[in-house]
Amino acid sequence: MRQDKEYNVEGGLGLTVRRVIAYTVLILLTFLCLFWFYILFVNASRAHSDLARGFTLVPGSYLIKNWKAVMGGTQPIVKGMVNSFIVAACASVLSVYFSTMTAYAIHVYDFKAKKAIFTFILAVMMIPTQVTALGFIKLVQGIKLENSFIPLVIPAIAAPATFYYMKQYMESALPHAIVEAARIDGANEVRTFNTISMPMMKPAIAVQLIFTFVFNWNNYFTPALILHDDKKKTLPILIAQLRSADFLKFDMGQVYVTIAFSIFPVIVVYLCLSRFIVGGVALGSVKG
Amino acid sequence: MANGPKTGNSRVVKYNKWGYIFLIPFVLVYLVFQMIPLITTIYNSFFENYMSGLKQIGPNFIGLENYKEIVSNGDLINYTRNTLIMWVLGFVPQIFFSLLLGAWFSDQRLRVRCAGFFKTVIYLPNLIMAASFAMLFFTLFADSGPINTTLINWGVFSEPYKFLEHAAGSRGLVAFMNFLMWFGNTTILLMAGMMGIDGSLFEAAQVDGATSTQVFFRITLPLLRPILLYVMITSLIGGLQMFDVPQVLTNGKGNPARMSMTLIMYLNNHLYSKNFGMAGALSVFLFIITGILSLLVYRFSVRDNNADEVKKRSRNKA
Repeated sequence: MRQDKEYNVEGGLGLTVRRVIAYTVLILLTFLCLFWFYILFVNASRAHSDLARGFTLVPGSYLIKNWKAVMGGTQPIVKGMVNSFIVAACASVLSVYFSTMTAYAIHVYDFKAKKAIFTFILAVMMIPTQVTALGFIKLVQGIKLENSFIPLVIPAIAAPATFYYMKQYMESALPHAIVEAARIDGANEVRTFNTISMPMMKPAIAVQLIFTFVFNWNNYFTPALILHDDKKKTLPILIAQLRSADFLKFDMGQVYVTIAFSIFPVIVVYLCLSRFIVGGVALGSVKG
Repeated sequence: MANGPKTGNSRVVKYNKWGYIFLIPFVLVYLVFQMIPLITTIYNSFFENYMSGLKQIGPNFIGLENYKEIVSNGDLINYTRNTLIMWVLGFVPQIFFSLLLGAWFSDQRLRVRCAGFFKTVIYLPNLIMAASFAMLFFTLFADSGPINTTLINWGVFSEPYKFLEHAAGSRGLVAFMNFLMWFGNTTILLMAGMMGIDGSLFEAAQVDGATSTQVFFRITLPLLRPILLYVMITSLIGGLQMFDVPQVLTNGKGNPARMSMTLIMYLNNHLYSKNFGMAGALSVFLFIITGILSLLVYRFSVRDNNADEVKKRSRNKA
């Protein structure tokens, strides 16, 4: 502590001043991040007539009424949420399982094409999916899978970014000796992968499950090109429709509840898992 | 991987065929859902193929006509410019605050309390559905929305500021949302990089009497270069894919006068109107732009530095 003071005298701003600046900026940014969601909550709980009159920071008492009105309304929001959940859950499970398998193939085995395949996957990691969207639509139309979840779920199996994360994690968490030991104990390769290696990858698997789930839950571009049937639409498509409908005709309280409906579940889940998620961001990307 | 026959053991060879077997799902799905679509996309870019009213025109082979058309009508340049402007407007504050916050969080003398809380909060917007977030901002910043009402009540404006009728307003909103959604993510990445710097360097600098500002510019920043580079490339490539936020905010119109229309919104419009020839040419351009830009930024930042080497080493360590 004594040393701290000694250095502070020498140059730049004193430690106290720097602390004050740091906390001020941090609190401002915190405000900037949370403010919008607070207004969303407040507005979702107010009546349409009330909203038109102006803006307060105090929540109203219309939350339940607005909610019921949305449930009884024309927008299939609950159906959309179920659809989003099905797509996101299936895509994330497939993506993580098969990316781990692909990473395992590159990590554990030695074969001729290994280096070429690894380099190839890294090279295509940067290609945005939008670039191939045209061909993708044509393909989906060709095999008559429009309005189906299959073209949103199956392609998740080939996810270069998830693969890369898993590969990086394996380098530090899955020693070859473990695989050798399993072989000596008589386990076959598939069994070794499923019952020995997968459990050892748990932390990375959890992180990637969350990220791919959130990515698919929020994804708008591809589902909007594939799903045209109202019964099949996912949440982001319905939100975008809300925007394109004539805005002024809507009850604003209901509009806010609908938006809240798509945002708050993610916030609640995030707050429960935040430590884990924030740790996971750094874990993957710096190594990458 | 020409590692020679280490043992020549047939058992090892027997195991290694499993490498191929485990790769089958990935390779198969990749070929069907990404490789074939990429080839079809490129193929389509050479054909005249669009809807004129209800009538389908083409497909007729027209060589490079789509490419000529897309360059000569000025749309490509315009929308590239829009996309880049909005990316830069969002990226500059993003990298500024991320460096600042990263430096503070990893500063041993400053010892920021509740760092976990702050990190949780600033990362939160990254997970929010972009379409919803844009819809929320649209309602809040609408002409008669809460923000305008409040500003008028406070006497800042005498009449509502129509955000979506000014280029600065709508581009600013898009950039601001991108900033909010991504600065937390960038902070966490940069911080992890800062934590990786050898602590004895900071101690030595302190003993030599360097101020925090000097430490930041002379030690932290140069050593952070590989990660800054990584953040910049990925952000740029992400920026070129900017879609959800401006699409929902402006209802796909890129108000005002298409000044917030991005490249992917343009592509999306062509896909919806079934103008497959133009969509193909645009996709190929995007493919090339993405490639060139990432290569350029990479080269540019590596030039007078051995950042490449550092990155390689840090990768090996990991």
